Amino acid sequence: MWSQLAPAFRITLVLTVLTGLVYPGAVTVLCQLLLPRQANGSLVSRNGHEVGSSLLAQSFANAAYFHPRASAANYDAAASAATNLGPTSQKLLDRVKADAVKFRQDNPAFTGPIPSDAITTSASGLDPHISPAFADSQLPRIASARHITVDQARSILAAHTESRQLGFLGEPRVNVLEANLDLDRQFPGK
Amino acid sequence: MTAVGLLQIAVYFLLLLLLTKPLGLFMARVFSGERTFLHPIVQPIERLIYRLSGVREDEEQHWTRYAASLLAFSLAGILFTYLIQRLQGILPFNPQGFGTAHAPTGATPVTPDLAFNNAASFPTNTNWQAYSGESTFSYFVQMAAFTVQNFCSAAAGIAIAIALVRGFARQQAKTVGNFWVDMTRSVLYILLPLSVVGALVLCSQGVIQNLKHYDVVKTLEGATQTIAQGPVASQEAIKMIGTNGAGFFGANSAHPFENPTPISNFIQMLMIFLIPAGLTYTFGKMVNDTRQGWAIFAACSIMFLAGVFIAYPAEQAGNPLVARQGVAVAASDTQPGGNMEGKELRFGIAGSALFAVITTDASCGAVNSMHDSFTPLGGLVPLFNIETGEVIFGGTGAGLYGILLYAILAVFIAGLMVGRTPEYLGKKIEGKEVKMAMLALIATAASILCFSGVTSVIHFDWDKSQYLNPASGAPKPAPTASAPATANLGNGGPHGFSEILYAYSSATGNNGSAFGGLSPNTPWYNLTTGFAMLIGRFLFLLPLLAAAGSLASKKKIATTSGTFPTHGPLFVGLLVGTVIIVGALTFFPALSLGPLVEHFLMQSGQLFSMIGFWS
Repeated sequence: MWSQLAPAFRITLVLTVLTGLVYPGAVTVLCQLLLPRQANGSLVSRNGHEVGSSLLAQSFANAAYFHPRASAANYDAAASAATNLGPTSQKLLDRVKADAVKFRQDNPAFTGPIPSDAITTSASGLDPHISPAFADSQLPRIASARHITVDQARSILAAHTESRQLGFLGEPRVNVLEANLDLDRQFPGK
Repeated sequence: MTAVGLLQIAVYFLLLLLLTKPLGLFMARVFSGERTFLHPIVQPIERLIYRLSGVREDEEQHWTRYAASLLAFSLAGILFTYLIQRLQGILPFNPQGFGTAHAPTGATPVTPDLAFNNAASFPTNTNWQAYSGESTFSYFVQMAAFTVQNFCSAAAGIAIAIALVRGFARQQAKTVGNFWVDMTRSVLYILLPLSVVGALVLCSQGVIQNLKHYDVVKTLEGATQTIAQGPVASQEAIKMIGTNGAGFFGANSAHPFENPTPISNFIQMLMIFLIPAGLTYTFGKMVNDTRQGWAIFAACSIMFLAGVFIAYPAEQAGNPLVARQGVAVAASDTQPGGNMEGKELRFGIAGSALFAVITTDASCGAVNSMHDSFTPLGGLVPLFNIETGEVIFGGTGAGLYGILLYAILAVFIAGLMVGRTPEYLGKKIEGKEVKMAMLALIATAASILCFSGVTSVIHFDWDKSQYLNPASGAPKPAPTASAPATANLGNGGPHGFSEILYAYSSATGNNGSAFGGLSPNTPWYNLTTGFAMLIGRFLFLLPLLAAAGSLASKKKIATTSGTFPTHGPLFVGLLVGTVIIVGALTFFPALSLGPLVEHFLMQSGQLFSMIGFWS
């Protein structure tokens, strides 16, 4: 083994330069040239100010906005986190029970089973999407807060409902930040 | 299960099947020294690397020398990784100013034990994350230490697999190839080109790639949100292709900046299995009988699909305790149903369960959902996949040499049943090969079970516990006489035990995924999991290289009517049976204390509080 140490250190050094500096450097240059928006975090601006990333959830508590899924990271985009609570966790069940009660209170017109994403936390704490069913359940609240009809609010939801990619990948979903930006744009009265 | 979910699984498998032969053929050419379409560009770089490193391209190595090269290379990797982490404060590309002992507010200090853990982790292809990248490490560490070892450890794995295949392919040979050449070619002809393409494709989906300071934005409701940045796409690509699995961010492939769309998710899943599946064909090609490679492919496929069809229905069926609160379980066109705790909506149940099975079939360990929050049976599948040695396609190289180890055992068992000397690919399997295979299996099983057992019961004196294993979370506990290592679990009851078992299975199996409720960044866990990684890597592959050397030196014997054919369904069945039975016999007692009993307790409505002594 000892006679192999010299080539080992030399080749590790060479590969560090090649795969640790040249490779990521070249990819950075290519991505910045070809795909600058994606490479820099798909940031969204309003009135010339960056307001977030279309890929990351941010906190919405105001009744006039669509609310995202609950976040174990408290929507901190520099500290992604999940609850990691197991299926037989007392803490998980206590939270689910409380959130279910709150969900029914917030959305009194809603009947039927609660959408599963509305009552659970995501894996990253930054899930930017909610399901169309969860979004739909929030329409009466948003409409009344903005003094618009539920159908007007629904038109925003319809415009922002993305279907499965290629028809079979992933889930139908609504981007919360983009839908809320559109709400502010089209129905600013809140 | 939904129709679209099943369609995703079917399309995935079909694409994998289609890609296996072309990639396998290409890799066989690379390792046989034949010219490929990449040679005009890559060969000059290859020659330059040999010249700079003092490697002689035409030198062949005896298995002991091959192993020595591998060990020296790993040692260099461990030292480089350790030093770069500890020196990050004075190295460039550190816009957030991360340090070592004195981390900025909110950041994690890079203690010697954490740095050791990562230094054991990356060069062994484990990529366990006791840290969150966005709050611990500079871009320089992520690139020059972690990304580099993603390449190096994967390339070393491929090299060993190729050496073992040469053991079967050659006869009366003293040598099994040249480690430096095999490793360098793996990087230059296979990993690097695939990574460049992969990184660009992922970036097009929204994976970030920059070296800038974290962005600070003002949200719609006026709050301040800090958005972590970094050179993610370049690391993400090799993380999947090299089956490494350590995320740039704490949330790994669940983070929208690592895995932004269902398409990127699908591509990442393909990237994990691409090389391992291709290597089954490479194996068949190099032993001059592609049917042998397809037999291995078939055995892997059966076990892969079996895992998918246990985990996916379990996750879609969801948690009955949550369902009782009036939460939807059935999927519809407007919501995913099932167990969505710890899952991202864009992937849904199918995209999360499929990913979990693939990442643990292979020794990848990237996660796009939190395995800790899976249902007991959904979480059992990843755990069992890891414990059987990640041989279901498996890691880059590691999967092939792992499944060939089981193949040696399978023909040995078949030989015992009919009373003949077992043969595989024309080589007599004798005492030495079987002993080496058993040594590898026993070493890894002992590491998993002993570390899990000790951690489940050990108590530290209170003063020592404040250094060795300070309890995570708040409020801080009041001093007591002693504190258990279980103080850092995130869940109580059998699920807490599953967290420990998963941690040491993952470390020993060089997987790197976790039941993340466990807070592992303490000296106790950093040191024990670090040693488990080293045991799992080197006590597994050194016996295998010894077997490779022994096999290479043997004559090939002619096939007769008494030879047990190893390309037919009977062998495939026997191989699957061997993997399952060896895994089940070794780990059934431990699994029944964890996920199995939890499954029945969940059905009966039993709940557990955290057993940490502060709550």
